[in-house]
Amino acid sequence: MIPLTHFIVLGAILFCLSMAGIFLNRKNVIILLMSIELMLLSVNLNFVAFSRFLADPAGQVFVFFILTVAAAEAAIGLAILVVLFRRRQTINVADLDTTKG
Amino acid sequence: MTPSAFTVPGLLPAAAEIFLLGMACVVLLVDIWLPDRYRRLTCQIAQASLAGALILVLATFPDARATTFAGTFVADPMAAVLKTFLLLVSGFGFFYARVHLEPRGLMRGEYFVLGLFAVLGMMVLVSAGNFLTLYLGLELLSLSLYAMVALDRDSKPGCEAAMKYFVLGALASGMLLYGISMIYGSTGSLDLATVGASISATGDMRLTLVLGLVFVVVGVAFKLGAVPFHMWVPDVYEGAPTPVTLFIATAPKIAAFGMLMRALVDGLGGLAADWSQMLVVLAVLSMAAGNVIAIAQTNIKRMLAYSAIAHVGFVFVGMAPGTPDGYAASMFYVLTYVLMALGGFAMVIWLGRAGHEADLLDDFRGLNDRNPWFAFMMLILMLSMAGVPPFVGFWAKWSVLREAVDAGMIWLAVAAVLFSVVGLFYYLRVVRLMYFESPRDAAPVTAFADMKVVVSVNALAILALGVYPGTLLDLCEAVIGA
Repeated sequence: MIPLTHFIVLGAILFCLSMAGIFLNRKNVIILLMSIELMLLSVNLNFVAFSRFLADPAGQVFVFFILTVAAAEAAIGLAILVVLFRRRQTINVADLDTTKG
Repeated sequence: MTPSAFTVPGLLPAAAEIFLLGMACVVLLVDIWLPDRYRRLTCQIAQASLAGALILVLATFPDARATTFAGTFVADPMAAVLKTFLLLVSGFGFFYARVHLEPRGLMRGEYFVLGLFAVLGMMVLVSAGNFLTLYLGLELLSLSLYAMVALDRDSKPGCEAAMKYFVLGALASGMLLYGISMIYGSTGSLDLATVGASISATGDMRLTLVLGLVFVVVGVAFKLGAVPFHMWVPDVYEGAPTPVTLFIATAPKIAAFGMLMRALVDGLGGLAADWSQMLVVLAVLSMAAGNVIAIAQTNIKRMLAYSAIAHVGFVFVGMAPGTPDGYAASMFYVLTYVLMALGGFAMVIWLGRAGHEADLLDDFRGLNDRNPWFAFMMLILMLSMAGVPPFVGFWAKWSVLREAVDAGMIWLAVAAVLFSVVGLFYYLRVVRLMYFESPRDAAPVTAFADMKVVVSVNALAILALGVYPGTLLDLCEAVIGA
């Protein structure tokens, strides 16, 4: 059987990848949304692995809730993105600089 | 488990939340069929729902901690007091919002529906007995707020602020969740009370626990807007329409305090020695950056944003000693700060008119000549935020500092006092602009009688609480101890 550590390390790698995606990306807002999804999925992986190894279903129930909320979050994020594109004609992260200081 | 094993949980402790959920759906439906000229009705039903929920909260005020829904929902005196203030402040907020939205043609039902759902999220958040309810309450609040920031679809800074808020908020939620997963892995439970018990019982898995704790603290600090996780605060405060800024700046701060108490004290109280150090660092950084950068601002919404960051620092000062009296001082601080922020943004709304947002400091120039009563109200608010006696802001700062000194954190108290002296500069600058400069625009500032009355009640409450701070402070101490 694959030991728990492997799952946790994979979760941590995915989490770090998504963080890097959010902080290094200066081009496209959609990549930000993808990174956020990846972050939530890495958390889900953690929860499922812990749930399996603790033999406790609560972690898996939590995952269902995270998935549902992530869907709602993506809907709102894309809605804001559409409004933003209509107004600015760009979804380049570097162009979002009207407010500064 | 057989289906017959399912029993209906006790609904009474959550009566106010259930009522508010029902009413939020009613408001949503009513608003769809309402012709535009009756749009004010949406606001009135929304306020009536808040009033109804307030009555239910007070009617079911618990004497001791009670749980329902298998321990995921906690009703205790602290939650009841926080909810009372949440509902009151949101009711005032809806009134100010109507005054701002109506003349600008932005009077749509969305503000009130999203506002009601956000209030529901906050109430669930302060009653969370499980990491799951904590997360769901937080997301219901955050998702409503993201949409509210983009309320004015034609505003360039508004859309941009919404996007920034969304990305950073989602990042914070992700961090918080990662922390929760680590805590779940090391304690084997999501229930806050069980987590609390197993932390004090065992010493192994400590590294994973502390790692989880760090992520949870980062997530909460993001939501509260503490330095170095404050990047979104000024942009969102400036970019969002003023009534949305007013809403974000007030009630969610109370909810975030509730979340801090639930996650760190109820759940991770056994790690108090660890999180207390983190909060001290966040507190010092927030007070320093907030107060110093606020001096350089020319936009009053942005200035109040940095002032909010500095005030969050003070809340952390009260939390840092890890004593019930410290929590009570922090609670008193949050409740009174929210009253001041409510008044401050109400002033910005009052001063503006359709086609002109009075959000620059220069708009306050010579206000005493244009409307002396208005200038006096603003004077009360600014002096209270700065912490000048006899206003309530002074007592809030004093009670927090006293707890820090009692816990032996003298250098923290000294730093807090130094930074509030720095803060005095920019609050007094507003006072100087109002009283000692001549106005650019000599037109008198007017408002409808109801706006005048509500703002005056708000500002005079700060004066009254400053003269009699004991009642509220005793209440905070009583409910934290319960």
